[in-house]
Amino acid sequence: MEPFIEKLADEFMAKNRDIIIAVQGGGSTAGIQATLNRTCDLGTSSRELKADERGLKVIVIAIDGIAIIVHKDNPVDNLSIEQIRAVFSGKIANWEELGGENRKIIAVTREEGSGTRGAFEEMVMNDIAISDACLVQDSNGAVREIIATTRQGIGYISVGLVDERVKALAINKVKPTHANMIIHRYRLIRPFLLLLRDDATGNIKKFVDYVLSDEAQDILMRNGLTPARDVHRD
Amino acid sequence: MKDKIAEKILLLIACSAILLLLLITFFIFQQGLPLVLRIGFGNFFSAHWAPTRGFFGIFSMIIGSLMVTFGALVFGVPFGLACAVFLAEFSSSAIQKTLKPVIELLAGIPSVVYGFIGIVVLVPFIRESFGGPGFSVLSASIVLGIMIMPTIVSISYDSLIAVPKTYREGSYALGATKWQTVVMLLFPAARSGIVAGIILGMGRAIGETMAVIMIAGNALKIPGSIFDSVRTLTATIALELGYAAGDHRAALFACGSFLFLIIIILNVIAIRITGRK
Repeated sequence: MEPFIEKLADEFMAKNRDIIIAVQGGGSTAGIQATLNRTCDLGTSSRELKADERGLKVIVIAIDGIAIIVHKDNPVDNLSIEQIRAVFSGKIANWEELGGENRKIIAVTREEGSGTRGAFEEMVMNDIAISDACLVQDSNGAVREIIATTRQGIGYISVGLVDERVKALAINKVKPTHANMIIHRYRLIRPFLLLLRDDATGNIKKFVDYVLSDEAQDILMRNGLTPARDVHRD
Repeated sequence: MKDKIAEKILLLIACSAILLLLLITFFIFQQGLPLVLRIGFGNFFSAHWAPTRGFFGIFSMIIGSLMVTFGALVFGVPFGLACAVFLAEFSSSAIQKTLKPVIELLAGIPSVVYGFIGIVVLVPFIRESFGGPGFSVLSASIVLGIMIMPTIVSISYDSLIAVPKTYREGSYALGATKWQTVVMLLFPAARSGIVAGIILGMGRAIGETMAVIMIAGNALKIPGSIFDSVRTLTATIALELGYAAGDHRAALFACGSFLFLIIIILNVIAIRITGRK
C-alpha cells in the first residue's frame, strides 16, 4: 500500500507546508514491527494483524481486492475458489478443464514474502502450496504485463491495477466491483490499515483525519481502492 | 617530496578498495553462513525452496544458474570467437577501427535494456514458434549469450593480435591457407587468452540478474526442457530481498555467499590460465 500512502502524504504536505512526512516501504511486517517498537509514528499494513502483533490501534482506511486476471481473449469468465486453488497448486493444467480452449495453463505468482502473495495464499490456497511450476514476478505490473501478452496465462493482482488489457474473473459468479467488495460478496479482499501505538495527537492526528476525509478517500477510490467510508463493518 | 605524497595517497586509496572488498565478503558470509550451519547442508542443497515455511533448498536455482550460463556459452562463444577471428585476421584496419569500439559499446548497454528487448521480441517469438510460456531457458540463454559476447570478443581479439607476426609468416611459408593458419596455429597460440575470455564471460552470465529476471520466468521447478521457465540464484536474491526478513533474508545472503564462491573459483581459474604463458 506504499504508493497509495505516498500519494496521500504528498497531497497532505502540499496543504500543510510546515509538516513533513517521510514514507518508507518494506512490506506489512516491517510496517507493523516499526509501529510496535516505535521506530515510526504511524505504521501501515495491507493485512490483518496476527495474534502476536496485537496491542496496536488499527484504523481501516480502504479495502483492496485481489483480482484473478486472464488474457482478454480468454473465453473463461468465472471460476470457483476451488478451481483457482487447483490451478495454482498445479492440479489443473489445461484451460479445457475449466471450460476454456485447449491450451496449457501458464500461472503467474508473486515472489515469496510479498504481501499480495501472502493474502492470496491465505484467502485462496488454504495451506496448499503454490506449485513450483508457476512463473514468478515481483510486482503487480509485471504480472499484468505477462497476462496481457500471454493468451493462456492466469495471475492475481490488486483490483485497483486491473486495466483494459486484462480481464478480471468473477469468483463464484461475483465480479470484483466496489459494490461487491463493500458488502463482502466478493471474497478476495484485504484491509489497508493505519497503525498507531498510542492515541493520535497533533500532526499525526491531523494526517489521520486527512486520510479519512472525503478528499483523501476520493483519491483512494480514483486509484482503484474501495474507500473505508463505504465499508459497512459489523 | 611531492612524488612521495602522491604515492602514499594512491597506496591508501588502493588499500581502501581492498579493505572494502574484504568487508563486503565478510558481511555476506557473516549474514548467510550461520543459517546454513543451523539448518544443515541437507536442507540448503535440497530442491525445496519455501523460505517463509523453513525450507531453504537452493538446488533448483543452482541448476537454473548453470543451465542459463551453459546456454549463454553455447550462443556467445561461437559467435564471439568468430567475431574475434574476423576482426583480427580477415578484416581491414578500417573495419577493425569501427567494429571493435561498437562491440565494446555492447558491453555498456544496461542489462535492463537487453531484458526489455528480450520481453518484447524474443519471448513472444519463442512462445509462438515453440510453445510453452516463452519465458524460458532458451530466451535467457540467447540474451545472456549476446551480453557476454563483448567480453569474449575483446579478450580473444587481444590475444589473437598478440601472436607474433613471424608465426603467421612461417605458417604461410609452409603453404597453409589463412583458415588453416587460424585453426592450427593461432587458436593454440592464443589459447590461454581465449579461454580466459570465455571464463570471464561465464562469470558475467552467472552473475547477471536484471535481464534474467525479466525473461526467464523465474519458476522454481527444475526445467524439463529449454522451453521451460527457470530460476537462477541471482534472480532469487533480487526478487525476494525486498520483503525478506529473518531467516528468509539470511537464506538470500547464503545464496549470495554460494554465488560469491562460484565466481571466485571462475576468476581464479581465469587468472591461472592467463598467468601460465
